Amino acid sequence: MSALGLIFSNIHDSNMPELTAKRTVASIPFGGRYRLIDFALSNMVNSGITKVGVITKSNYRSLMDHLGSGKDWDLARHHGGLFILPPFEGQNGSLYTTRLEALKNVSGFLSKSEEDLVVMSDSDMVCNIDFKPIIKEHAKRNADITLIYVGRNKNSIAKGAYLSIDDGRVTGISFDDNAGENEYTNICVIGRAFLLNLIAEAVARGSNHFIKDVLQPRLKDLRIMGYKHDGYYEEMNSLQKYYDESMKLLDADIRNQVLKKASVYTKVKDSSPTRYGDEAVVGNSLIADGCVVEGEVYDSVIFRGVKIGKGTVVRNCILMQNTITGEKVNMNCIITDKNVVVKDGRNLSGCENHPFFIAKGTVI
Amino acid sequence: MNKKECVAMLLAGGQGSRLYALTNKIAKPAVTYGGKYRIIDFPLSNCVNSGIDTVGVMTQYQPLVLNDYIGNGEPWDLDRSYGGVHVLSPYQAKNSSEWYKGTANAIYQNIPFIKRYDPEFVLILSGDHIYKMDYSKMIERHKATGAACTIAAIRVPLSEASRFGILNVKDDGEIYEFEEKPQKPKSDLASMGIYVFTADKLYKYLEEDEANALSSNDFGKDVLPKMLLSGEKMYSYTFDGYWKDVGTINSLFSSNMDLLEGRAFESDDGGWRIRSRNPIAPPHFIGKEGKVRHSIVSSGCEIEGEVTNSILSHDVIVGKGAKVRNSIVFAGARIGENAVVDYSIIDENVGVGKGAKIGKENSEDKIAVLGRDINVEDGAVVLAGEMVDGDVGGGL
Repeated sequence: MSALGLIFSNIHDSNMPELTAKRTVASIPFGGRYRLIDFALSNMVNSGITKVGVITKSNYRSLMDHLGSGKDWDLARHHGGLFILPPFEGQNGSLYTTRLEALKNVSGFLSKSEEDLVVMSDSDMVCNIDFKPIIKEHAKRNADITLIYVGRNKNSIAKGAYLSIDDGRVTGISFDDNAGENEYTNICVIGRAFLLNLIAEAVARGSNHFIKDVLQPRLKDLRIMGYKHDGYYEEMNSLQKYYDESMKLLDADIRNQVLKKASVYTKVKDSSPTRYGDEAVVGNSLIADGCVVEGEVYDSVIFRGVKIGKGTVVRNCILMQNTITGEKVNMNCIITDKNVVVKDGRNLSGCENHPFFIAKGTVI
Repeated sequence: MNKKECVAMLLAGGQGSRLYALTNKIAKPAVTYGGKYRIIDFPLSNCVNSGIDTVGVMTQYQPLVLNDYIGNGEPWDLDRSYGGVHVLSPYQAKNSSEWYKGTANAIYQNIPFIKRYDPEFVLILSGDHIYKMDYSKMIERHKATGAACTIAAIRVPLSEASRFGILNVKDDGEIYEFEEKPQKPKSDLASMGIYVFTADKLYKYLEEDEANALSSNDFGKDVLPKMLLSGEKMYSYTFDGYWKDVGTINSLFSSNMDLLEGRAFESDDGGWRIRSRNPIAPPHFIGKEGKVRHSIVSSGCEIEGEVTNSILSHDVIVGKGAKVRNSIVFAGARIGENAVVDYSIIDENVGVGKGAKIGKENSEDKIAVLGRDINVEDGAVVLAGEMVDGDVGGGL
């Protein structure tokens, strides 16, 4: 069965206000060279999906810049490829606020498409999911919708939906934090024509919540199936979570699962390889291309084009693109956004359970 | 159809036999340089940066990797609907079919390609050198002097001049004599193998050269001397940046070291960026026991051992306790635990077993070379200066 992808780029923007001040959640930098949307997009592309719509709402300049024509994901195509779906202004002059309204906005795109299925995904998570077996299972079980869930993550801040599953079928959906083991990922597979019907019906009834108003009341008459994803899956729903999950990439198993098991595509920059100076000392760190390291770096994630000056010691930090540190700087548990400059001799420290965030372009 | 002012023709068919094991399976222009580049990135990037958007690349020897790498030219913005990069392989014609017999013959066979764009000038390049050069300045000079041919030249130490084609010029740069590898050079101005021709003159002399059964069909040996003899106006264009031939193991090694030491150029120079096809690889990782000092490391590497004075291409793995010193390691190579690599060039996808010993300290003149895809068993030894292109068995 053929499928197209649909990605929500602004869902849950408010969970990480620091990082989304000037960008969508989808374009939050992650893992030294990626943006969060790279994971959702790469999952789709690696599953053979060649047409993907990205639903935007606000602050999406950096996202457009990142995605370009889609060629870095092999999505610059004559047939299919990448579609950026900008928001429509609502009746009262406002933009959409719920998933259903967002879907209503793109029903034109959906009805013009020819694919049998739609794979819907948020972009605030990091995971490596192959949709091919899920699509197969969806067809085999004659499902209306297949919801992808993961085993409950004990560290997660509860805010999602939990599924009750009986023999693969979803028998209950609850928002109660104590409601069970199966956390819904907001990734699902659904028939395209069926989705269009659901949207039309929801508009007619004036409903606005996809789960509460559409799925929950119809658990019995629709075939809503669950599919468990066993590998790594984490939602970036707070700055602390973002920090912790970034640091997990220093673990070889996690790194292999997330970044190496299947290719993660991202915007290509022609940076030169990273240079290490005579006095460089680096341990347990992930370091992207285009950096110049003259000082010491431990237990950190360093993005492209970062410069670490002589005598500088960086520990437990996430330094985003083009962060420049001078000489003899001490940094511990800091997250710098892009283009931050830290001048000679500064001492900056956060704490592992409370990393200190420095906004884009700040000079300290 | 609008014409192109200048078409570049890049000679990339050479075997590069002096690179031994490194060019057994790939053509010289496809050899890796500086971690993420291949030699051909330099002339291609120079073309694009100089505003030349039509490039013919003539391939012949082991073209698979090179063709793959060039692809549709997208990394260099040479995927154009009119112009762009074209790979030109030798072809079979109705009455004849032949390999490229020499540099001049390669261009001769592709005159129809050049004529499609009806250029005023043709720029001839080779895929043997590491340099950043603005060809548009050379073309400007060619126009200003009204020459039939302009040859780019660089000053070399007089002691080495006999290895090059030497230009003897008047004060204004007009060439009055051309000597191919002279015993007693009269000048230190060496030809860089980069020529700008006025197109009509090029066609004329290539046709004459082709008709001459005694010719070896080489620009340096045949065509250029013939033009001079016929009284054509020929000028030199002196280039004074970094320029290095990478045709031998030692020159390839030292040119890489020039990059590492900052003697070559800043490779991320925004104004004249060298572009290349980027691998899909995550950032590199340096483990708890990893040590990296004075080195260049590319994406996807996983380093648990020690890397000093070395250049690593993408996806190289250095195991625990391994030591890589003064070496150049190409993409996908795996250095086993406790192996020691010194003064070596290790080609793509080579596996070096645990505790193996490759090369030797203080042996800058005797670089060990491991050819593409081979495996060196645990504990095996490859001596300084050895060139290996097959699997190496274990010790004793």
